[in-house]
Amino acid sequence: MDTTGYAVTAHGLGKRYGRSWALRGFDLEVPTGSVCGLLGPNGAGKTTAVRVLTTLLRADEGTARVAGHDVAAEGDAVRRSIGLVGQNAAVDEVLSGRQNLEMFGRLYHLGARRAAARADELLERFRLADTGRKPVSAYSGGMRRRLDLAASMILSPPVLFLDEPTVGLDPRGRNEVWSAVRALVEGDTTVLLTTQYLEEADQLADRISVVDSGRVIAEGTPEELKSRLGGDRLDVVLHDDAALDGAADLVGRVVGARPGTEADTRRISVGVTDRVAALTEVARALEEHGIAVEDLALRRPTLDEVFLHLTGGGDGRDERDERVEESR
Amino acid sequence: MNDTVVRSGGPTATDRFLWALADGWTITRRDLVHWTRQPGQLVVGLLFPVAMVLMFGFLFGGAMTVPGGGDYREFLMPGMFAMAMVFGVGETVTAVSGDAARGVTDRFRSMPMAPSAVVVGRCAADMLRSAITLALLVACGLLVGWQWHGTPGGAAAGIGLLLLLRFALVWVGVYVGLAVRGEGAVTAVHTLEFPLGFLSNAFVATASMPLWLGAVADWNPLSSTVAATRELFGNPGWGGESWIAQNAVLMAVVWPLAITAVFFPLCVRRFRALGG
Repeated sequence: MDTTGYAVTAHGLGKRYGRSWALRGFDLEVPTGSVCGLLGPNGAGKTTAVRVLTTLLRADEGTARVAGHDVAAEGDAVRRSIGLVGQNAAVDEVLSGRQNLEMFGRLYHLGARRAAARADELLERFRLADTGRKPVSAYSGGMRRRLDLAASMILSPPVLFLDEPTVGLDPRGRNEVWSAVRALVEGDTTVLLTTQYLEEADQLADRISVVDSGRVIAEGTPEELKSRLGGDRLDVVLHDDAALDGAADLVGRVVGARPGTEADTRRISVGVTDRVAALTEVARALEEHGIAVEDLALRRPTLDEVFLHLTGGGDGRDERDERVEESR
Repeated sequence: MNDTVVRSGGPTATDRFLWALADGWTITRRDLVHWTRQPGQLVVGLLFPVAMVLMFGFLFGGAMTVPGGGDYREFLMPGMFAMAMVFGVGETVTAVSGDAARGVTDRFRSMPMAPSAVVVGRCAADMLRSAITLALLVACGLLVGWQWHGTPGGAAAGIGLLLLLRFALVWVGVYVGLAVRGEGAVTAVHTLEFPLGFLSNAFVATASMPLWLGAVADWNPLSSTVAATRELFGNPGWGGESWIAQNAVLMAVVWPLAITAVFFPLCVRRFRALGG
């Protein structure tokens, strides 16, 4: 078992598709018992990293250990120590939820009787007992995901991988999955989850690793990352676009930072550290100068803003990502 | 309590073998449960070849002549048996590509189960289904006036050759299911089944075709199985001028083995390539 205090470690992982690298120089350390969020846009390499760490894909470079086992040399031992929830709900549509869990239980070599008992336990735990005998094709998106999670927890693995666990779900399904994941985390399970949503990483993860162009470009607690960005954003929407430039200068002087403007939405946006003070001072200054305001709000930075900040702006990333996606 | 397997050290070779068998059976069993949960689909799948027999036997049968004389339905049934083996490929492709697309294959690969179980289980389920289809078609044939005239051993050999063709086609289906993504694979295979079936001796004698087309049809692996089955069942319409038509039983063994020899390694390679 792992003696290093880390459930997952990766050093210099590289994976190439044709001429482009999906992963390159990917380093990661996930402390045992923690929840790590891999945050990044589509094609950043998050899924490739998960596939290498779960032995589905062989890396071209670097080494990685999961639950103390080398992913390349000890695949079987790694597979006995992990659960994987991939981007699709990887369950049989025709079988019932219970039959799915029984089948996977047998494939984990529990034997017929224990597989059946474990299926009932997990249906109860993931609040699927009522629908356990219905075919999965009749399940909602959130229910499928919960069944998927249940199937991954059959052996109570020490390390659980969740690859975009809420992608494609409606808000209700997303909340269902979040609370299921939180319940798992209360045990000793180490969780590595990938997401495109800052909010999701914020909600579930102890530490976030921001992934871009196949490597981790920033790492820290959600709070640390947000303060590196200059904290929250203050948005001002004006009534009249003629006042935009003047109002932007004014907001900039009050807050002490250079704001961004969007002419078509009449929006001024600026990073603020002292949230409430900034809000009241900006409101007062705008009123004193007789500038009519339609909306004034504090909000968390979006993922786009985190990325713009961390990567220093556009670098043709999208174009490269598409090629990587296609080559899969 | 669930971690006994994890912590009890490495499994022995015997354990691995028994697990591989058990895992293969679990995968096969999944298909059997599908049948019980969707009996309608199973019935439709089984009735399709029966409908083909009725259509060709009665609708077109009057217009068909059998070379050397003989009853058309006696001539037709071995062709229908072999066609049913070909139509089974669609089932294989659908199952394999569906699992790959939905991530079920990846889940299996991320589990400590025997890697061979996915394909072994698939193969067993498909063979079982084809055996049931064949049994039903034999019953249907007997009802419409077909029968075998040879020895019981010959009849058993004929059935064996049909299943051998199906076994070879399992690997074609697995390969196509892994190689081609999406619904397109299934459509393509269903579309190809018909020309493959008609460009053979299954429905008409190749002697009635233009010379070059007859030669192509004679070299269709399906034709060898059909001709060999006719010979072994004592049904009319086998034999012919060409070498391949005269050596049908031999070729009905050689063709499937050759197909398996090509496609089985391709399947293994495709499966490994998933781990790129």
